[in-house]
Amino acid sequence: MGYDIQTWVNVAAYMGGALAMGFGAMGAAIGEGYTAAEANAAISRSPRATGEIFKSMLVGQAVAESASIFALVVAMILLFMNFSAQSYLTVATVFAAGLCMGLGAIGSGIGSGFPAGAACTGMSRQPGMSNRLTTNMLIGSAVCQTPSIFALVTSFILLFTNFSDRPISPTWAALLGAGLASGLGAIGSGLGGGLVAQASCEGVSRQPESVTPVTNIMLLGQAVTQTTAIYGLLVSFILMFKSFEATDALSPCAALIGAGLCMGIGAIGPGIGEGFTAQSAVAGIARNRSAISELTRLMLVGQAVAESTGIYSLVISLILIFVV
Amino acid sequence: MAIEGADIIQAAAFLGAGLSMGLGAIGPGVGEGMAAAKACEAIGRNPNEAGLLTRTMLVGQAVSESTGIYSLVIALLLLFVV
Repeated sequence: MGYDIQTWVNVAAYMGGALAMGFGAMGAAIGEGYTAAEANAAISRSPRATGEIFKSMLVGQAVAESASIFALVVAMILLFMNFSAQSYLTVATVFAAGLCMGLGAIGSGIGSGFPAGAACTGMSRQPGMSNRLTTNMLIGSAVCQTPSIFALVTSFILLFTNFSDRPISPTWAALLGAGLASGLGAIGSGLGGGLVAQASCEGVSRQPESVTPVTNIMLLGQAVTQTTAIYGLLVSFILMFKSFEATDALSPCAALIGAGLCMGIGAIGPGIGEGFTAQSAVAGIARNRSAISELTRLMLVGQAVAESTGIYSLVISLILIFVV
Repeated sequence: MAIEGADIIQAAAFLGAGLSMGLGAIGPGVGEGMAAAKACEAIGRNPNEAGLLTRTMLVGQAVSESTGIYSLVIALLLLFVV
């Protein structure tokens, strides 16, 4: 192929920008729609609380929107920044950065919609609790946004680090794998964290006196749910910062992309599953505070079992990077 | 047949515009549909508040639409600006 490097860099930047915004628009819009739906149901149930519900809907939607604004920022950078094309590696970095941010925004956008919707429903039940509910919703949805921030960090590192002194092959595969690990890995944790925060907003509105244990266990459950996104971030840091020996063979490149795919896809299931577990545990604690120690223990044991497949994915991707 | 470098960049921009708008249209469609569905249920339960509920639905949908508009902006930029 006789094109110069700059041509391929532009091609990759446009494709990366388009994928960032295309995928990045998905999650936040679904989450915001869910919030609006719950707000409408809540207003029809208690029209007197309209003002509080409406405000809470807009605040919650604004938090969910942040994930897609990250994607917009990355897409604009990719479209309008002039990347100096030192080597073909720039092609891989700009494409991987776009893909990473786009995929990473899906889970957080949908997840942040769940607590906002539950807060709106809660205000129709307990208009007096609106401050507590708003605080709880904001804490919960802030934690939901962390996976999309991991993806943002990875794509900024990809965009603004100079990789040109590395050997082209297999570094291109490592950078692509890094984008996939961090982007795909953010989907499950974002969604799962949202489920937990939803249960805690519901719990606060049903049992206002149990607000402290419900918020604490929500944070504990969300922290465990985030672990798989952190594995994804870890794998992508290893892929970005380890120096690989130059090679002409295809198999080392395939191993590095495979490592990114393995950790990224493998993180989705545990993230969602641990979210389900903590959701039910938080709902149970809100109903029956005296069972808090049994429920917390059972939640952590269940999450540990759900985590196992995420750990298998981590092991396989580390083997793909360091052993084979 | 020789393809110019500028041509393949243009091709990528067109492909990207399609992908950006196509993928970006999924979320707003689903989300706004959920909002409208609940609004219909809510008005059915409480028809006296139809005006208030319609307003809430439209404001909520407008926020949900924003990500679709970001995709549209990126697609139009890819088509006509870059």
